[in-house]
Amino acid sequence: MIDQKTIERIAKLARLSITPEEAIEYGDQLTKVLTHFQQISKIDTKGVEPLVTPSEIEFVTRADEAKQETTTEEMLINAPDKAGHLFKVPPVV
Amino acid sequence: MDLIKASFKEVSDAVKSKKISAVEVAQFFLNRIDKLNPKLNAYVTINSAVVEEAGKIDSKIHKNENVGPLAGVAFGIKDLLCTKGLKTTAASKILHNFVPPYDSTVVARLKNSGATILGKLNLDEFAMGSSTESSYFGKCHNPWNTDYVPGGSSGGSAAAQAARIAMGTIGTDTGGSIRQPSSFCGIVGIKPTYGRVSRYGIIAFASSLDQAGPMVSSVEDAALTLEVICGQDEKDSTTADKKVPSFSTDLSTNVKGLKIGLVKEYQKGELQPDIMKAYLLAIEELKNAGAEFVEVSIPLTEFAVSMYYLIAASEASSNLARYDGVRYGHRAEFNDLSKMSLEDFYSQSRGEGFGKEVKRRIMLGTYCLSSGYYEAYYNKACQVRRLLREQYLHAFTKCDALLSPVTTSTAFKIGERSTDPLKMYLNDIFTTATNLAGLPGMSVPFGFSSTGLPIGIQLTGAHFQEQKILNIAFALEAMSPGQGRVPDVY
Repeated sequence: MIDQKTIERIAKLARLSITPEEAIEYGDQLTKVLTHFQQISKIDTKGVEPLVTPSEIEFVTRADEAKQETTTEEMLINAPDKAGHLFKVPPVV
Repeated sequence: MDLIKASFKEVSDAVKSKKISAVEVAQFFLNRIDKLNPKLNAYVTINSAVVEEAGKIDSKIHKNENVGPLAGVAFGIKDLLCTKGLKTTAASKILHNFVPPYDSTVVARLKNSGATILGKLNLDEFAMGSSTESSYFGKCHNPWNTDYVPGGSSGGSAAAQAARIAMGTIGTDTGGSIRQPSSFCGIVGIKPTYGRVSRYGIIAFASSLDQAGPMVSSVEDAALTLEVICGQDEKDSTTADKKVPSFSTDLSTNVKGLKIGLVKEYQKGELQPDIMKAYLLAIEELKNAGAEFVEVSIPLTEFAVSMYYLIAASEASSNLARYDGVRYGHRAEFNDLSKMSLEDFYSQSRGEGFGKEVKRRIMLGTYCLSSGYYEAYYNKACQVRRLLREQYLHAFTKCDALLSPVTTSTAFKIGERSTDPLKMYLNDIFTTATNLAGLPGMSVPFGFSSTGLPIGIQLTGAHFQEQKILNIAFALEAMSPGQGRVPDVY
């Protein structure tokens, strides 16, 4: 059972403002969904290493060399608010 | 030249031999888009530079320069893949105005092979859904019956392809998002093995599950497109160092002696009678053509949906943390930025920018990854995932490929299923396990329901064995009932 306090904590962790109505809705739905998903708890996984990458891939790395493929201006065109070459945000400190 | 029926190879050969120009091809599809898109809402952005870009292909040809195997072939791209200078939104308010400064590798490879880009195609917001009803830009409609959904999340790609308002399209598949809409709209869609196709520049949903692939009108076009988009990429360290086969030239309808597995656990599910009929007919036809069928058991497929949603939501909650209103996308309006806390700034921008289903999955994923629950949910799901993969690998020691339905029913009506999340999630029973195990999977059209809606058959292969499922699909395509039928919107 996911209570309202838990929902508020999760929303805070996710940096997501939600309305009181949404909080109730998500609480009910997540409880239902997770109750169903809990069926996997009965599977014996003792000593099984978790799998993340599902096919055999040897991770390769490229040389750590700086490449200028886009300009600073290009990277800034989507900024909602900027000052020169800086993104504008609320005070951080 | 009939551009609606012609294969990619025929069009590309005609463009190269100047029988038709790339500009004419692009113009032909732009006209169709003009006429048909208002009924379907498949495109969310049209590339206004496509004619100019097609002109460059033509001038290269006039100068006898090499243009590649898809010269002049006009593609629509799911709006989850970044296109340089062309809006890429993930069908979300939070990215509604985002213009990427670079191309995704898939799009770059298409362009390098001579393809042109008509525009960007509708999807469920951030690819989270199976009906393309959750798009910020409005629902998309199924060309076979516009009261019905095209499926999802790559619903715009499937609808555009079925209505031929693109010669070819690209979709992405995290838990069935290429195969299910392909099935609902009667087209060919393939999700390659995890690691075959670069994810660079594709807006990430669940990084360990996502793969892009072609959604097109024929197995041959799918094979040719795969040759272009597959292969290792230095910009994605999870791409495999494997030679890309000549899928299109190696196509064969010969299935003699091939062993095809039927998953025992899939037999007990409730199938719509029309789908059952198509499934049994497909088996019968392949048997007649010399294929052998064996029963295989993959007991953990029963838990695939649970594993899938725990893992996908967890990865999504982490991937979507980047949308914060700072560098791009939607930012909530504030009277005085200097008096805001950074935390409220993030929360409000995100709260306004994400739609309902996306928020639900972020909440679910954040919960599963949070302290105290990580072991029981995310980690446990990843452990079971390894066991599921082992069961698949074992099954593939007994057969070359698996055959199953794609979905339990044909396309459903718009608005019919979107209220109960659990019910909605449980519809994905036949498709999610493929992604969890990293296997290649595809949907090939195989007839129609009594109500005139398309039915697809799903083929699943062992890792990097795309050729085998393409060949079985090639055989099925030739045997498919109702070939040549076209949707009424034509």
